[in-house]
Amino acid sequence: YTHSLQDLRQAAVASKVFVQRDYTSGTICKFQTKFPAELESRIDKQQFEETIQTLNNLYAEAEKLGGRSYLEGCLACLTAYTIFLCMETHYEKVLKKIAKYIQEQNEKIYAPLGLLLTDPIERGLRVVEITIFEDRSIGSR
Amino acid sequence: MKNCEYQQIDPRALGTSNTRTSTTLPCGRKNSQRLRRKWEVFPGNNRFYCDGRIMMGRQCGVLPLTIGLIFITSGLFFTFDCPFLVDRLTVFIPVIGGVLFVFVIMTLLQTSFTDPGILPRALPDEAVDIERQIDNSGSASYRPPPRTKEILINDQVVKLKYCFTCKMFRPPRTSHCSMCDNCVERFDHHCPWVGNCVGKRNYRFFYAFIVSLSFLTSFIFGCVITHLTLRSQGVNGIIQAIQDSPASVAELVICFFSIWSILGLSGFHTYLVASNLTTNEDIKGSWSSKRGEESGNPYTYNNIFTNCCVVLCGPIPPSLIDRRGFLPPDDAPQTVTSDTELPPFMSKNDANMCTQGTKELLQSMALSTVIQSTCTPGTPKTAPVTQESLLRTVSITVSPPNRPPSTGCSGHQAQRPIDVSCSQKGNKRSAHHTHSPLILSDGPDMGFIPLN
Repeated sequence: YTHSLQDLRQAAVASKVFVQRDYTSGTICKFQTKFPAELESRIDKQQFEETIQTLNNLYAEAEKLGGRSYLEGCLACLTAYTIFLCMETHYEKVLKKIAKYIQEQNEKIYAPLGLLLTDPIERGLRVVEITIFEDRSIGSR
Repeated sequence: MKNCEYQQIDPRALGTSNTRTSTTLPCGRKNSQRLRRKWEVFPGNNRFYCDGRIMMGRQCGVLPLTIGLIFITSGLFFTFDCPFLVDRLTVFIPVIGGVLFVFVIMTLLQTSFTDPGILPRALPDEAVDIERQIDNSGSASYRPPPRTKEILINDQVVKLKYCFTCKMFRPPRTSHCSMCDNCVERFDHHCPWVGNCVGKRNYRFFYAFIVSLSFLTSFIFGCVITHLTLRSQGVNGIIQAIQDSPASVAELVICFFSIWSILGLSGFHTYLVASNLTTNEDIKGSWSSKRGEESGNPYTYNNIFTNCCVVLCGPIPPSLIDRRGFLPPDDAPQTVTSDTELPPFMSKNDANMCTQGTKELLQSMALSTVIQSTCTPGTPKTAPVTQESLLRTVSITVSPPNRPPSTGCSGHQAQRPIDVSCSQKGNKRSAHHTHSPLILSDGPDMGFIPLN
């Protein structure tokens, strides 16, 4: 085997768990930290909650209202929003950070347990999709 | 003219599809085949140009008229009024006019071509999961389980509705636009003048557009009045002045009528921005205290300045629909048959089978099953959900007469023909929409409320 994530691609999917959005704080992007029952046998509850909480913090950072985002907004307005053609927004930068974090979590923690996190951006920020693979031993070294 | 424009742009967007038809194989595929981009299989009623870089609503609406009016009025202004005013007053008049004009056009194009905040539809796995949750939590009664969910936001009870087309619970402030057949975040309204929905991602462009347009029309109006006044102070009076410069009268008329509506609209939207409301919420009275108890807007920051900053200068989230991303290379041999059909927009029937096939394929990637791509009676796994949702969404579309009788596909296809058949007939649509300048809709209950 070369890498555990690649093994997962050939493994059979047992089921999928969807962690929905938490709207109690408004329209900001936040996922529910409630531990899904299907994962009880696979992963530690605290580990899972920590992953989701870190994701929530990262999304909060992306949507943070502060001096920097206002400056970006005003600058964009003054240039008739043409600045977005050449500059990457703060939000996009944080999304890249999130993608990296998810990949790292998959490699280190979830793949060895036969699980795979899907980046929420690929699901329109609606859900965190966790794929549960049948063979638990896939990816364990 | 609109038809010509559309035909002209169309082949460019479809240029890549020619390679697709020429490389079809009887069975099995090589991965070196051209990959399709996700915009080509987008389920909503949107149009894409420049290989997915530009997107618009289902039809231009009155956008060409808007652009035409702005160009004509400004053109007449620069040609006929400016020379006189530059002589008599100052050279800054065309400069200011020019700056305003450029700003107006740029913000208009930004509003029209930006993704308003469309939420991609739920994949079949998610839809099944949500259905299961609803059935579990609902009571075992004879009527179907309620498709709403109540949550607390800032101590305010907010109802989330389930969207049957997109198969998900709509986030707060999200609404389904029946024109574009998409759920849009922070849905404000669908503007035919701009040819697109106004939502979270392009509201600030829309606001900048109407504010700058108010300035432009007021400026032109003022300058034309000045021009005619100065000219009539000469020897011959007002009649001669009008005869000397008839274009000015045309400009006066256009600006006079525009100012009433545009200034009013700007004022209204300034109020909305200051209270962090959307047109949709204001019209429906979602947060008014009519119901007796104190129900305020849970999203406001209770500070005009903060609300303005948040709405106009807050971060713009990126587009969630990933138009230009590539679809994963398909490995299902059945899809080859749908690709041997003509590219979309060329033939109504074939386009439906093609888009239906590719859409099903996209869904099947998540399920990791091979499903029939052409419209066969074999229904996919999520049949109960789709049939029920189809019954609700078909009510706003017209299905073409010669469809195969498969129920699993007819609803989806019914949505497509509107895009295909009517866009080729162009002008038939615009008559339907010009007398309702603001169209608000929210899923199955459609309300057409003209605001002017």
